[in-house]
Amino acid sequence: MKSLVSLLFGLFVVLTSSFAQESSPDGMIRQVTDDVLTIVRQDTDIQSGNTRKAIELVDAKVIPYFDFQRMTALAMGRDWNKATPEQRKRLSEEFKTLLVRTYSNALTSYKNQTVSYKPSKLQAGDNDVIVRTEIVQPGSKAVPLDYALAKEGDKWKVYDVIVAGVSLVTNYRDTFRQEVRNNGIDGLIQMLGNRNKQLEAGKK
Amino acid sequence: MKPDRSTRRSFLVCAATIVAASGCATTANNPKDPFEGFNRAMFAVNEGLDVVVKPVAQGYDTVAPLPVKVVVGNFFGNLWDAWTALNNLLQGKGGDALSDVGRVLINSTVGIGGAFDVAGEMGLTKHSEEFGQTLAVWGVGDGPYFYWPLIGPRTTRDTFGWMVDTFYDPVWRLDDMALRNSLVATRYIDLRATLLPSDKVVEEAAFDKYNYIRDAYLQHRRNEVFDGDPPRVPLDD
Repeated sequence: MKSLVSLLFGLFVVLTSSFAQESSPDGMIRQVTDDVLTIVRQDTDIQSGNTRKAIELVDAKVIPYFDFQRMTALAMGRDWNKATPEQRKRLSEEFKTLLVRTYSNALTSYKNQTVSYKPSKLQAGDNDVIVRTEIVQPGSKAVPLDYALAKEGDKWKVYDVIVAGVSLVTNYRDTFRQEVRNNGIDGLIQMLGNRNKQLEAGKK
Repeated sequence: MKPDRSTRRSFLVCAATIVAASGCATTANNPKDPFEGFNRAMFAVNEGLDVVVKPVAQGYDTVAPLPVKVVVGNFFGNLWDAWTALNNLLQGKGGDALSDVGRVLINSTVGIGGAFDVAGEMGLTKHSEEFGQTLAVWGVGDGPYFYWPLIGPRTTRDTFGWMVDTFYDPVWRLDDMALRNSLVATRYIDLRATLLPSDKVVEEAAFDKYNYIRDAYLQHRRNEVFDGDPPRVPLDD
């Protein structure tokens, strides 16, 4: 009986602490990063460049915490307002595929880096924050890796990833804008789709 | 004797001529990049050079054990830390400048001529400052974007900053030509090797590699000028 009580108590502590982690943006980033790195460190396939396996990992562990619709809107700027709901859906899907591949590819060049978490200046009531981390690698300058998150309901979702000051999302803005100007929203959908097909065909 | 001075001067003259010559041939797709035609040509030149440079960097990356790479990186980093200190001072960041001076003193002595980043272990963080950033803090704008052979992307301001940096550069000041050239080459290969992991990401993420690198460079520089905390870009700029 005593052991049952302590087991339940233990379970309660574990559950509440993981809940507390998930409900704060920095705790969430830390947990997802740790989860992913634990797997990458043990997976020699991913380390030797198996993109498909890295994508599977990102699909399972990372995607639930990202808001791809908002990322697409951010990448498109004011052109997003011109898109119909159907076009928005397709744009988000294609852009998601591209970003997931990019992010997964970065994982395949993992060697012996560690991630350090910088103290976040979060305040109660914030609903749009930046969580700052750093990729530490012996012999090189640490690379800052920041996540922008917004609160949606009671969940935090990532809407931008910023590597050494370069947003993987807004870096597309000029390219997307130019494509929309030349070939319209459908042109952009097609450009994204072609790129994804091309990458898919060329890779294992 | 400093034969490199004249090389650099001719580079300057050459650059000025090219800028003047391409001034009338603007395509002006992007207001930040009025000399896109020239830049794309130079980009192609660098991509061509990289056919040779990249395998060398890959070889270095594979052959050199991690401690060697760490020492090489630290050694060249230490040479720049004094310059970083001066630039921090010029930007009015006295505390950072002091910390950089501390880094040079500690790493040059205890760290055996800069081979080991002892100061970093002690908590004196390495900063990244050069004259281009100092000019930015003084209010000089980016100016048109350029892509140069060998050195790659630079805004107009950062091109001038780079020239001033190169005049400081202790490696270029060495009188022993053979030593100087091998140090310059080692540093170049080491720098290229540190960029290897991002190659695949850029290849796949970019619709147009030239555009992707330009936009990433401009964002990265903005971030550096604001010391890692730039004002957020609005959703609807």
